[in-house]
Amino acid sequence: MTTTSASILVGLDAAVRAGLDALLLSMADDEFVLGFSDSEWTGIAPLLEEDVAMTSLALDELGHARALYELLADLRADGRDADAIAYDREPAEYRHCRLVDGGRGDWADTIARRYLYDTADAARLAALDGGAWAPLAQLVAKIRREERYHLMHVGAWLERLAGGGDEARGRLIAAWERLAPNAATVFTPLPGEAALVAAGILAVPLAEAEVRWRSAIAPALARLELPMPPVTASPDCGRLERSDAFRWLWGEFTAVRRLDPTATW
Amino acid sequence: MVTTGAVLAALAEVADPEIPAISIVDLGLVHRVEVGDAPNEAIHVRLLPTYVGCPALDAIRNSVVDRLGVLGLPVEVEFTYAVPWTTDRLTPSGLSALRRSGIAPPSSLADVRCPYCSSTRVTMDSAFGPTQCRSLFYCRDCRQPFEAFKPI
Repeated sequence: MTTTSASILVGLDAAVRAGLDALLLSMADDEFVLGFSDSEWTGIAPLLEEDVAMTSLALDELGHARALYELLADLRADGRDADAIAYDREPAEYRHCRLVDGGRGDWADTIARRYLYDTADAARLAALDGGAWAPLAQLVAKIRREERYHLMHVGAWLERLAGGGDEARGRLIAAWERLAPNAATVFTPLPGEAALVAAGILAVPLAEAEVRWRSAIAPALARLELPMPPVTASPDCGRLERSDAFRWLWGEFTAVRRLDPTATW
Repeated sequence: MVTTGAVLAALAEVADPEIPAISIVDLGLVHRVEVGDAPNEAIHVRLLPTYVGCPALDAIRNSVVDRLGVLGLPVEVEFTYAVPWTTDRLTPSGLSALRRSGIAPPSSLADVRCPYCSSTRVTMDSAFGPTQCRSLFYCRDCRQPFEAFKPI
């Protein structure tokens, strides 16, 4: 979307470029996969208003993914555009976190996943806002304004399910047990992360962002009697393993592209 | 000789594709217009997306290129996040245009007024509406559903 220009690359050494590459790819893949999973609710959400809301949230995430892939395409400057990065990879090459990898699930899964992801993403975005690389800092400032609505909406739904009847709370607890163990994979250390911190692009290491995320959500979870997400068992491979659910989703979202790579909308 | 003022005047005739009653100038999308001195130098227009994922960006770009095309110069349109678009960028005539279209201007939740009867006895049905920038409300006085622009 932005005009590709060499100027955005001025002053970035190889280590910083590698760090930005990993960061942009991980964030874009997170938003893309979550947005695509949530878009599956279009037409079948539990309420009409929720159908509209979830579609709007999914559209926001896909938009964030597009902007991040475009920035990545500008950074790589290898002639491949955002669509090529988004669609022309094998499932094993995606770098989204395990939290968003497991497929849509039921409504409680969707709410639990969104709550865990949106709050974690907020901590990650806070660490990038005001950073030294203007193209990313400017985009992040804009994205944070939109994410406020996501946090409000999913927070209200989490309260509703947590304080609901036996079935609502029971399903939420079951979803929480499935998803919370993977929540901290949003903060999986990235190759080149130290260079981004040194360059002032990332204010703190992702591990520190995780600490801030835990403090931010602790009061709400205590009030709703939901357990804190555990520390990730294998912190280094939180973005590497792909589920069968994701392979199925990949088949869906790449279907048109594989049928006709030159198709335009 | 094409002036910046002429370009802005032309842009004021480009309607937002999702709310055609309001122009992209009144919506506050225009960040910068640059007109060169050299003959045949392109007109540069920098626009601020309302939302990062706004699906109307391509339509807006095409409308701008079409409208400015009559000025006889090449046109380059760029979207930028150099400053974030916020609802504070709506102009007074933009706010009036929203009201006339049955859309309450952006305000805090407690201050939303029905665009038809100005009542404050309104309830929000959904924070999310037909486009990313609008919420759904209902007026308990004139019993009219309406939309409100989300403050962002």
